[in-house]
Amino acid sequence: MATTDLPAASAAKGNWFERIGAGHFLLAVALLVYPAVASDFFLTQIGGYSLVLGMLALSLMMLAGYGGMVSLAQITVAGVAGYAVAIFGENGANVLGFGWPWWIVVPWAVLLASIASALIGWIAVRTQGIYTIMITLAIATAIFYFAQQNYAIFNGFSGFAGVRAPQFWGVDWRAPLPFYYLCLGIAVLAYVAVLYGARSTFGLTLQAVRDNPRRMRAIGYDVTAHKVFAWFIAGIVAGLAGVLMVWFNGRISPGTIGVGAAINILIIAVIGGMRHPIGPFIGAVVVVLMQTFAIDIVGAQRFNTLIGLVFLAIVFFSPDGILGLWERIKPHLAQEGLRPGG
Amino acid sequence: MSLADQPKSAIESNGLSRRQGFLLLWLLVAALVALPIFAPWPAWLNAVLISKKAFVSAIMNGITLAGLYFLVASGFTLVFGLMRNVNLAHGSLYLLGAYIGYSVTQWTGYWLVGVAAGFLALALIGILMQVIVFRRLEGDDLRQTLVTIGISIVAADLMLAVWGGQTYQLATPEWLDGAVTLPIITATRSNGAAVFLTFPLYRLVVLAGAIVIGVALWLMLNRTRVGMMIRAGVDDRAMLSASGVNVHMVFAIVFAIGAGLAGFAGVVGGSALSIAPGEDVRYLLASLVVVIVGGMGSIPGAAIGALLIGLAEQIGLVYFPTYGVVLTFVIMVVTLAIRPQGIMGRG
Repeated sequence: MATTDLPAASAAKGNWFERIGAGHFLLAVALLVYPAVASDFFLTQIGGYSLVLGMLALSLMMLAGYGGMVSLAQITVAGVAGYAVAIFGENGANVLGFGWPWWIVVPWAVLLASIASALIGWIAVRTQGIYTIMITLAIATAIFYFAQQNYAIFNGFSGFAGVRAPQFWGVDWRAPLPFYYLCLGIAVLAYVAVLYGARSTFGLTLQAVRDNPRRMRAIGYDVTAHKVFAWFIAGIVAGLAGVLMVWFNGRISPGTIGVGAAINILIIAVIGGMRHPIGPFIGAVVVVLMQTFAIDIVGAQRFNTLIGLVFLAIVFFSPDGILGLWERIKPHLAQEGLRPGG
Repeated sequence: MSLADQPKSAIESNGLSRRQGFLLLWLLVAALVALPIFAPWPAWLNAVLISKKAFVSAIMNGITLAGLYFLVASGFTLVFGLMRNVNLAHGSLYLLGAYIGYSVTQWTGYWLVGVAAGFLALALIGILMQVIVFRRLEGDDLRQTLVTIGISIVAADLMLAVWGGQTYQLATPEWLDGAVTLPIITATRSNGAAVFLTFPLYRLVVLAGAIVIGVALWLMLNRTRVGMMIRAGVDDRAMLSASGVNVHMVFAIVFAIGAGLAGFAGVVGGSALSIAPGEDVRYLLASLVVVIVGGMGSIPGAAIGALLIGLAEQIGLVYFPTYGVVLTFVIMVVTLAIRPQGIMGRG
């Protein structure tokens, strides 16, 4: 995909509108006016939540799409940030809760998350390909059990409740509208950063490492360092999502970072498609809508069967997710348009 | 040829070769390890390790748990080694085996029938999975793995629908109930009588079963024609196929054995421990870590990994209750740092 984007990026230097693309403009306008038509429920439970999950899946898409490392530990990284917010900020569990101000807690939590991500990456990059899934899943599960058993730091099974989004600049960021815009702002930031980063020197090097690590090593690149740094960056994105996630839920417990949640992120990324950073967000919207409304169709009990079957169908019939479906349909649509009278 | 004709070094090696020397050394080490296990302990050692009873029980529990882990992980590692297929639904196979074993035992009243049903039903499901699902995605590791994730989600949900959220425990038959007294002195009473360690018979039988199955697997892989094909397939799948072997048949056999062992372990484990939703994840994690530590695709590796993880888990449970998982984790990280391919894995 980088090769198709490159000529457009260099040719359209003068025209900033074309450079950004009409699709992005339409999307931006739609997202900005969305609060005008959406109820509070749609604003936070669908809009905000999709954006948070989309960011998490975006961090996975970065690693998988550009680095060739499919991680199941992204929710764990987000959980590190979430737990850090609860532990160093304020929580209602009367365990720890140092009460640091938000402008220290948030960068600190994101930093911790990205360091944790880099460490996980450092372990995972020792092996290749399919092993990464196994190792990250093992790490995610081990940390889940650890958080569940440990009361001194993680407050065990119940975790931390009563974590609140801060109030500053005269805005209560917990309220639906500000929270939506907060999520939107950070998600757009992450999206643009990933889109831009993929064309940066580092991004291109990472993609080259993905395609042929031996050749890159022979040329003189430090393959391991590039991969670990990719994990660090993905950790920043996942950490930011983790902070938003704990503000959104108001609580964090081992269940938040459990295996089901870890797999959920992978499902979102796969359903959406991992070839372009927009994929994870599409996947997040689809999954959140399914989660919310499938209950009316199949009942709350059998929801997982439905999502599992949808996931299986996507893996079987469109390996590149919804984005892949779109790529396949687009040429047909274009041809329809060319036909006289069509 | 008389002794005098032989070169000097040969005479020396006749007396005590390097190999025999090592054997003697190992025997000595084993004796030194065994002595404190069987003999009563001095007070200071009891003080350090809580009590001898706690320590020896942890070791015994660890070894028997390792037997169970080995049963689950050997199927996982076999499938992975041959097909490069990370079957993340392996934990679901374990749990499904446990549920089927439970239902069949309830229905027929015979525990052994339940065990057989667990093995056979899962072996059949394994073949179906291979034929219906994995054959279509051959050569695409990532998609195969994603499919197993999808299957595990659907399976977990459907099992919840059929068997509900409650915890079951399979009753073991009477002849496996009760405890045996082992010749291990845990303490000495004030009147001088020695107190011996008692241990559930069932767990010892599970351990023995795991060892028998492990040896049988090893023999099958190393001494039979099918085993030869499987090993050849692990080394070079394309070449095996080119030499006229029906690779799909071999795959189906391996998948049947792997899934069947998971189902068998499910029934056996469900009798010693409990059957509940969430156990699938636990045994998936155990298989993953055992196989990562032991080396992917290696049966002896699975045995070593299972022993390490089983012991670490039980010792952790006794000595660092809330940090037990960390011990498992540390073993995995250290292994990956020193030998990324696992202890018995081939680079």
